[in-house]
Amino acid sequence: MTSVATDTTKAPKTSRDWDMAAIAPFIALALLLVLGYFANPNFVSIANLSNVVTRSAFIAIIALGATYVMTAGGLDLSVGSMLAFVASLMIMFMNSGSIADPMLMLLAAMGVALALGAACGLANGLITTVGRIEPFIATLGTMGIYRGLTYWLSQGGAITVRDRDLLTLYRPFYSGSLLGVPVPIIVILVTTAICAFILYRTRYGRHVTAVGSNEDVAKYSGISINRVRTITYVIQGLCVGVAVLLYVPRLGSTSATTGSFWELQAITAVVVGGTALRGGVGRVWGTVCGAIILEVVGNILLLSNFVSEYLIQALQGAIIIIAMLVQRSLMRK
Amino acid sequence: MRRRTFGIAAAALAASVAIAPSFALAQDKKVTIGVSIPAADHGWTAGVVFHAERVAKLLMKEHPGLNVIVKTSPDAASQANAVQDLAVQGLDALVILPNDPDQLVNSIKDVKDKGTFVALVDRAPSVNDSTIRDLYVAGNNPALGQVAGEYIKKNTPDAQVVVIRGLPIPIDQQRQDGFDKGIAGSKVKILDRQFGNWSRDDAFKVMQDFLTKHPKIDVVWCQDDDMAVGVLEAIAQAKRTDIKYVVGGAGSKDMVKKVMDGDKMIPVDVLYPPAMVATAMELTAGNFFDKVPVSGTYILDATLVTKDNAKNFYFADSPF
Repeated sequence: MTSVATDTTKAPKTSRDWDMAAIAPFIALALLLVLGYFANPNFVSIANLSNVVTRSAFIAIIALGATYVMTAGGLDLSVGSMLAFVASLMIMFMNSGSIADPMLMLLAAMGVALALGAACGLANGLITTVGRIEPFIATLGTMGIYRGLTYWLSQGGAITVRDRDLLTLYRPFYSGSLLGVPVPIIVILVTTAICAFILYRTRYGRHVTAVGSNEDVAKYSGISINRVRTITYVIQGLCVGVAVLLYVPRLGSTSATTGSFWELQAITAVVVGGTALRGGVGRVWGTVCGAIILEVVGNILLLSNFVSEYLIQALQGAIIIIAMLVQRSLMRK
Repeated sequence: MRRRTFGIAAAALAASVAIAPSFALAQDKKVTIGVSIPAADHGWTAGVVFHAERVAKLLMKEHPGLNVIVKTSPDAASQANAVQDLAVQGLDALVILPNDPDQLVNSIKDVKDKGTFVALVDRAPSVNDSTIRDLYVAGNNPALGQVAGEYIKKNTPDAQVVVIRGLPIPIDQQRQDGFDKGIAGSKVKILDRQFGNWSRDDAFKVMQDFLTKHPKIDVVWCQDDDMAVGVLEAIAQAKRTDIKYVVGGAGSKDMVKKVMDGDKMIPVDVLYPPAMVATAMELTAGNFFDKVPVSGTYILDATLVTKDNAKNFYFADSPF
């Protein structure tokens, strides 16, 4: 729960964020934690909570990129497939054995993953801006492309890191911890801090919000809308790249189901976190909170003994809607 | 008159061309078998595609007159189109593993009504009789559960077991019922059952939560080798030593390899082989070339893969 503690202390830093709408997701999360305690006392154990936050890393980091895209009024449905595609290529690069030294190989592979992520994001960005295709359709198209290419690369099976030593070297990046905090949680915090800084403290960040809130006004203010939007997709791609860096060491392999439906989870996390689906308002820390909420809901339902395994999805949907209603009612006050 | 002779000559020529291949037929019977299977969208179907293509090559080498066309389709609707496309090319036999059998019943029936030999694999529609197929080859879902249950009952008679299910669909239920039958009358206790959606990542999550929820777990039955990957990782990360072993299912090369190597966590695997599509293809070819009677229903055993027989089920080149 380290991240939540940090969240609330960090929130006041950005003055415009210090309002009910911004802290509503954290209140919803706090209520869920109480509910979780009643479902199963093990829920509040440090081990479980750190498991849950660690697990939320993939969706949280992808959703950070989605926060940019959606704040600027765009949408990216391709992220789940993109993650599978980039992760598969990264593993194939690691298997190619083109660099003998394992440490150098690992660093090069990580660089490859980030570069590929950015390139995939750039493709999305250019198709929507230069190609002037609705982002929903454009990224639905690339979602199919990235997923299909993943199937093709793996022939439908799994792509696995063959070099055991390389995997042993890489594994701590997901399962290790620094000063008692699991590495993925640190990665979430650092990535979120960078994303928050760029969105709230730089000129580019303000342009992103401006483009999303009123395209015409932004255009007449001299902002290059296409450039701003395209870069949001590149940031999204980079975030997918970072998520890949954490995904690959966990199981050391990708399969055809890798990342399926993660785009929907990422979009849900962004919206639960308080970012407007229509653009113009971006809440970076809220997004992370949203991703943790999604993971916590699943965790509580599994730990509780009184929910039939057939009903879990229905309750998951219901709890997310209730969490949103709680937020809405807080905002009206 | 001149035109007339030309006409006769042309007819004679045409006739000789038409007869020529039928001479060849006498030596090499010409048979076309269409194979329609789901696209490789997860490990098991990837195995189906691999074995269909592997055996198609073997069969064509063995029988020079045989042409095998393998077509993959991502969903039931496109598979219906693929079946039509195959039928247009003039099929003698259709081997089909349907994405969704009930949606494809009519397409299969159309082919069958033309007198084509139909072999149905794995997934059967609600009406599964000689009106829609000549041959039915399938794995044994209840036995997949039962064999796993019996193994657990025999080796760890008072084990506390957690179960990871696939998706809420009939074959998953059959496996669960089989498992319950397998452990019936023993002290094996099921602590929990949850869905892992036949996905490694979801199985990882479910297993992590099981480990939090239950302080002592002896055995994990996850009935699928893909999910076993996530389960093993969750156990390793939690550094829990109470889990004695994990039983998967299907017969993926990674898990069969672990069995072969004597991995303590994966002592056995239960077979639900994607290669069953190849069984159907071989039998179909036998029907045409060897004139052996093959019509009927073939249920393959859910063989228990142990260290001793594992090498028979290991395909190093397979994607699954």
